[in-house]
Amino acid sequence: MEMTGSNQIDADPDRVWAGLLDPEVLKSCIPGCTEMTGTVEDGYDAVVVQKVGPVKATFRGQIRIEDIDPPQSCTISGEGKGGAAGFAKGGAHIVLSAAEGGTRLDYTVDAKVGGKLAQLGGRIIDGFSKKMADQFFECFKDRLDAAAAGEAAGGDASNATQNTGDTGGDSGKDQEAGDGKRRWFGTRPAG
Amino acid sequence: MPKDGGIGSSPKRREDIRFLTGTGRYSDDINLHGQAYAHFVRSDVAHGRILSIGTEAAMAMPGVIRVFTARDFEGAGGIPCGWQITSRDGSVMQEPKHPILAEGKVRHVGDPIAVVVAETLAQARDAGEALEIEIEDLPAVIDMRSALAEDAPLVHEDLSSNLCYDWGFVEENREATDRAIREAAHVTTLELVNNRLVANPMEPRVAVGDYAAHSDESTLYTTSQNPHVIRLLMGAFVLNIPEHKLRVVAPDVGGGFGAKIFHYAEEAFCTFAAKALRRPVKWTSSRSEAFMSDAHGRDHVTRIELALDADNNFTALRTETLANMGAYLSTFAPSIPTWLHGTLMAGNYRTPLVYVNVKAVFTNTVPVDAYRGAGRPEATFQLERVIDKAARELGVDPIALRRQNFITEFPYQTPVAVQYDTGDYHATMDKLLEISDHAGFEDRAADSRARGKLRGFGISHYIEACGIAPSNLVGQLGARAGLYESATVRVNATGGLVVMTGSHSHGQGHETTFAQVISDMIGIDADMVEIVHGDTARTPMGMGTYGSRSIAVGGSAMVRAAEKVIAKAKKIAAHLMEAADSDIELADGRFTVAGTDKSVAWGDVTLAAYVPHNYPLEDIEPGLEETAFYDPANFTFPSGAYGCEVELDPDTGEVTVLGFTAADDFGNVINPMIVEGQVHGGLAQGIGQALMENCAYDENGQLISASYMDYAMPRAADLPMFRVDHSCVTPCTHNPLGVKGCGEAGAIGSPPALVNAVLDALHRGGHRVDHIDMPLTPARVWTAMQG
Repeated sequence: MEMTGSNQIDADPDRVWAGLLDPEVLKSCIPGCTEMTGTVEDGYDAVVVQKVGPVKATFRGQIRIEDIDPPQSCTISGEGKGGAAGFAKGGAHIVLSAAEGGTRLDYTVDAKVGGKLAQLGGRIIDGFSKKMADQFFECFKDRLDAAAAGEAAGGDASNATQNTGDTGGDSGKDQEAGDGKRRWFGTRPAG
Repeated sequence: MPKDGGIGSSPKRREDIRFLTGTGRYSDDINLHGQAYAHFVRSDVAHGRILSIGTEAAMAMPGVIRVFTARDFEGAGGIPCGWQITSRDGSVMQEPKHPILAEGKVRHVGDPIAVVVAETLAQARDAGEALEIEIEDLPAVIDMRSALAEDAPLVHEDLSSNLCYDWGFVEENREATDRAIREAAHVTTLELVNNRLVANPMEPRVAVGDYAAHSDESTLYTTSQNPHVIRLLMGAFVLNIPEHKLRVVAPDVGGGFGAKIFHYAEEAFCTFAAKALRRPVKWTSSRSEAFMSDAHGRDHVTRIELALDADNNFTALRTETLANMGAYLSTFAPSIPTWLHGTLMAGNYRTPLVYVNVKAVFTNTVPVDAYRGAGRPEATFQLERVIDKAARELGVDPIALRRQNFITEFPYQTPVAVQYDTGDYHATMDKLLEISDHAGFEDRAADSRARGKLRGFGISHYIEACGIAPSNLVGQLGARAGLYESATVRVNATGGLVVMTGSHSHGQGHETTFAQVISDMIGIDADMVEIVHGDTARTPMGMGTYGSRSIAVGGSAMVRAAEKVIAKAKKIAAHLMEAADSDIELADGRFTVAGTDKSVAWGDVTLAAYVPHNYPLEDIEPGLEETAFYDPANFTFPSGAYGCEVELDPDTGEVTVLGFTAADDFGNVINPMIVEGQVHGGLAQGIGQALMENCAYDENGQLISASYMDYAMPRAADLPMFRVDHSCVTPCTHNPLGVKGCGEAGAIGSPPALVNAVLDALHRGGHRVDHIDMPLTPARVWTAMQG
């Protein structure tokens, strides 16, 4: 399947570009990404946990950033194997252009699945892929918007990366709060 | 008279006692001492080059005994194909190797790459995940037309193209057919798809291999419709095991519908691995595996043209079909779109010229082979759809157009090689119209209209060829097998009989019907007759059950063997009563000297055969056991009229089948209840195909209908109460029972009747829709209604 979309981001193209190449940003915005190591040049090894329809799987694979044309366009592609669940692969071609008040980000996403994922979840793959792409680009936009807003407010932001890192910290706190709630409810007797 | 009535009565199926009480013995019920479990690791891409298979990590996993890859099978042959087709240009079909495990390339999702054998199934599965398989994706060919494009990727690089064969039939009729179509008063053309199906027997496939070192004998327990065929193919062509060292047992088989005819890689694997490991090895298919490893059915794309003269007589018929073979040639795959399809294109009609062209195509999909009806549903669908369309174009009644063109004189030599021995198509049509209350249809249609619904009535009149087949004929047509059947009738000293038949029930109830025939012939109770089948060590070499052949061919072999037994028993009886052989009559289990009150019981004669104290030893041997092989003189030709009444919701496109009527001519019927059950099952599958079943691949070759969430099987609530009749009888003229076969008719005749009914409903509602491809889901019907 293939789909397209675009986002308006309040940061300038150079900032957005830096965000795209920042492994911390990628890691926190790829839905379900639990581990990511490596570099832009060599690609990243990543672990993504996702549930597609009835199939939940841990995908281990590579994420590469290719066709790099700073600060205008690149392709982020990934390929993961989920063992008995099959495989998922896909790519997003991203084009940045300066727009009033920031950057316009256009993307074309293409996704494929195979094995049990396709057999059991085939009819929901389109919706799933769209959700994954929406989540990623929404998250990406939020982080850069937040960074830009922080800067506008006179915060100490020597670069966007630093700021997005902070935002990542915030979301980490949310996560902790969530875990806390889960612990709280977890004390109730089962059933 | 025997207490349960013999031929023509409907005793309940004796096998159902064990099936319904959980005491059946299916292949998966077989668990041998020391058994290990095989897990097949299958391709999850449609087409790719295998770069490496790392087995070390898997080998180190707990419980793993061994990991097998193609390398272990270097000395073995490929899975053989049992039928060779010759193309129009005289060349033989392209026949790629079908390895047990993928060699170098994977060619469809589900293609087995490696097998882990472990102490438990869970351990085998876990270790399967630890295999490091590196595959380089190759572009896949899924759609048949794209597969035939000049620059299409090759499924098999050692073949010149993805075209398996280009078959023309009857080639000598081609020019005359073309000319007749050019000169016709009217030509109706239709393009249609016969949708790909998955057989979905309730019992998935199983293979258990065993090896006895002391005797060097291999045994395979498998879910097969024809264990001797598996023994021959696997022993001679794949594993090089002589038949006397190989036993194949197919115990109770829980449905097959064709998909359990073929020799599969898993069977060869388990037999091979059991010997290699000196341990029994078992594989049981999961339902997901079944979807991507059982042979699929149908998958034809056809353009058909019917030519008529100014008086609406059919003058010529021409078809062009693309038939999907999948990635490899399954056992009988090449014969399905050719001889089992082309020879039926005359249907019930006097069409003097018929020309059929079939191009068989390799694609990166699961192999396609016989599925209930196998070629004949495809033929019937085309014909019965194009006739309906012609009737509509000409403004004539579709029933009248059929009747006008019916064959009425028999035997009838068709222009497509086969000769129909008997039939009475007007009789079945009359019967259908009567029992479907066709006369009351307009009132019912008015009632539907009043409720805002559209009602339609559709008809089809099928013919099929059963009782396959005369061996000398199929040999000329490219079969690499004979299609006779065998039976041994063994009479025990105390009068009971064991019939060892080469036919093999996979749900048809042979244990009941075959016993009825013997019971009828001798005049003893059917429970004195035991039917043994499905074991190469116990039955004579037989060709198995498919193509509605069991009673027509296997039953005939049994009758011939029983006749030999009776002839010998009469000699013994004549000796005991000091009469002439020719004066002995057998009825109600007693031998009588004609015209006298002298008689001797069946049991006294059988005892004498085994305790020959007073016995004509100088003339005949002791014992009472005979074997017969029966090779049919012709196919049998069941036919029938099917009528479907549907109601359609114009707001949603949803089709409800309100009535379905089948008036069949099956020749003589042994057990009417079982025949009705066979027709019911066939109708359910035919309606399933027409309304909801569809095997779908995406453009990358992923099988996206590989579970019951996406592959819609018909349920009881989707079906009406069937009206089934088989009182129109024209007995087969060339087999001893006058029987024709009934197993596939329901699946053959029903899809066109249903589609015709839906189109009738649409036209009655003012929607000028010429055709909708199956399955007629609400979405497809609604879309067609929008123009």
